[in-house]
Amino acid sequence: MTALIIRGGHLIDPAAGVDTLKDILLKDGHVAGIASPGKLKADEDAEVLDATGLTVAPGLIDMHVHLREPGQGYKETIATGTAAAAAGGFTSVAAMPNTTPVNDSQETTRWMQAPERNAVVRVFPIAAATRGSKGEAINDYAALKAAGAVAVSDDGLTILKDGVMREALAAAARVELTVIQHAEDTRLTRIGDKVASMNAGVAAFRLGLRGWPNEAESAIVERDIRLVQALREAKPHLHVAHISTAASLCAVRTARRNGLRVTCEIAPHHFLLTDEHVGFYDTNAKMCPPLRSGADRDALIEALLDGVIDAIATDHAPHAVHEKEVEFDRAPNGIIGLETALGLSLRWLHHEWKMPLGRVLSLLSAQPAALLNLKGRGTLAVGSFADVVVFDPKAEWTYNARQGRSKAHNTPFDGWTMQGRVRWTISEGRVAYDDLSYRSVQE
Amino acid sequence: MTLNDVKARRPLATPPVAASPFPYNSGSLLSAQHLDLDGISHLLTRATILENQDPLTRARILAKRRIALLFYESSTRTRTSFELAAKSLGADTALVSSLSSSIEKGESLKDTGLTLRALGAEAIILRHPNSGAAWLLESETRLPVLNAGDGMHEHPTQALLDLRTMLAHLRPGVQTITPETLAGVTVSIVGDIFHSRVARSNMLLLPRLGARVILCGPPALLPEIAAQTGPEITIERDFEAALRQSQVVIMLRIQAERLAGLQLDLEEYKAAYQLTGQRLAAFAPTALVLHPGPIIRGLEMTAGVADGPQSAILEQVKNGVAIRMAVVERALTANADSGGRA
Repeated sequence: MTALIIRGGHLIDPAAGVDTLKDILLKDGHVAGIASPGKLKADEDAEVLDATGLTVAPGLIDMHVHLREPGQGYKETIATGTAAAAAGGFTSVAAMPNTTPVNDSQETTRWMQAPERNAVVRVFPIAAATRGSKGEAINDYAALKAAGAVAVSDDGLTILKDGVMREALAAAARVELTVIQHAEDTRLTRIGDKVASMNAGVAAFRLGLRGWPNEAESAIVERDIRLVQALREAKPHLHVAHISTAASLCAVRTARRNGLRVTCEIAPHHFLLTDEHVGFYDTNAKMCPPLRSGADRDALIEALLDGVIDAIATDHAPHAVHEKEVEFDRAPNGIIGLETALGLSLRWLHHEWKMPLGRVLSLLSAQPAALLNLKGRGTLAVGSFADVVVFDPKAEWTYNARQGRSKAHNTPFDGWTMQGRVRWTISEGRVAYDDLSYRSVQE
Repeated sequence: MTLNDVKARRPLATPPVAASPFPYNSGSLLSAQHLDLDGISHLLTRATILENQDPLTRARILAKRRIALLFYESSTRTRTSFELAAKSLGADTALVSSLSSSIEKGESLKDTGLTLRALGAEAIILRHPNSGAAWLLESETRLPVLNAGDGMHEHPTQALLDLRTMLAHLRPGVQTITPETLAGVTVSIVGDIFHSRVARSNMLLLPRLGARVILCGPPALLPEIAAQTGPEITIERDFEAALRQSQVVIMLRIQAERLAGLQLDLEEYKAAYQLTGQRLAAFAPTALVLHPGPIIRGLEMTAGVADGPQSAILEQVKNGVAIRMAVVERALTANADSGGRA
């Protein structure tokens, strides 16, 4: 394999405590050397990437995406989804199991990682926690882990039964896997054939839409934490997916204070938007959990700044155009996010709300790597995987969803100003994304 | 970090909410909120002129123009009065209902709308069980869309005909409205507020003319949050207390089709909220009684009240035709005469 040298960039590697100008040598898919500018021993046939003026960081890790394969390739494929990931600076994505069929087997878990899928960055399957994600019988976690699963979850659905969730936490703890819960008490969000389609609040009332109350999330988070507490000897790890309410945050905070391994992630749309952004039935503002009130959104921002939230994850949820061009109640939940997470995080978290760049990057790389126990990722220490993102932290650009790499365009961020333009994304030593237009812009 | 530091970092700038692009077409009537008071005055004035006009002259206004009525829900009053209104102006109408069209075969609202446009429809009147359907149809077709009721959301022509009915009784002769036209008037809307598009359209419209709106009903049908929908809206759970304050009472039907498993004890409901002759005589002996229909006699009101001297229910129906003539006329002439768009 050829070697790559990234020269002259500003290396920010929060996990290794590095924040200075460095040259990096990548060889055979790993980081082979780091040295002050110009001090790397020249490798004669190494390709050189000039990163002068750019930031070099560990490749981003999105622990919550929907790549739609197997079975829903009209929305997205593993190839297009990972191309979008690379364009967004991500080198690892953890793919949720709500595919067709549900990924609850070694066979599907391996299929997703096979070279024939043409993934351009690393895909880590998250296997279903229960058979068919029906919430009744737990799967064989040891077998799923052996096939490459990095966590278990019934994402999109919630494990409602106390006994099943307890068993899932205990079984996952035995093989050191994380249980990721999509916390939604459907007894509060689906009444008869009527499904709540946005946050319960004055906006929902005004629009004549059925509301998804905050308690539907926090009640499950609190129940799950009680189960973790009961099982504490076994040291289970509960991870709350896409947290969206102040009450859930409060429960996570308390659990952590009590020494429990309870973590959570947040999606950019939940720290940026509120239920007012639904406007008049914009289906690109429909997701589950829904956009919350301003008060919840402000609490989420505060928790991000305070460090209560462990990771930023996109919940990248591609849908075909025709699926979103329908009545709001009938539209599927979810938005794409891989190509906007970095740009939005730098624009708002860093630039607007003054979170140090290293912390933003840590939420997008080192911390999710630790949550999923991805060894050798989320850092660029010598010996780590050569997963790198090189970006211009100052560059502002306008996102055009139709020009993105994802098959889907369902996003409320179309036309938004982003900050931090990705120049190269390198996955295990190979250039997975190269913004060819960048050079001409600079010259 | 001290408390002051925490305070110092507030308030943080957050992404603004974009201005609504609706309505795309100045002939549309999606919500009464899209009409300014001049626009409403214009419609009220036109309603009276059209109502009194010679039918043959009137039939030349929209002669041979094409209007589609797209109805995904059953309707007697609204459908018939829109149809009569359009025909009175000379327009050709085509009725498409969900049970006798390709909608049954799974055709989407977007495709149905585009098909109607390709067939030559110049405006679409839409009744639909999903809130927001009229917004979707308008953004996809860019035609004038008249919202004849979208789910639990709005029913703007009902609010306008209710207003016309109220004005005839409380402010006879007034057609030019101002923010004070209904000053001193309290309107109670009673019953199933949560599922009611009539309630939402009225509670957003009437305070703009100076009226105070009381919402009255049990918590299951009237959540507390309803009071935050707009200014001059309060909640009163005690029906008799609401009646005592009201010059107008709008009674609503319990919408069995939208209750979604909600269990409601009808006997209890009637005991607390049925408008009876006794209650009316005791607490609101001069109030005007309205109901958007259909009435379930013996449930939300007794037959005696429905047929009684304070009831203006059939006047509402009659006003529906006049208001809808004005609204249909505006739909197809709005580009020449842009009056009425907020």
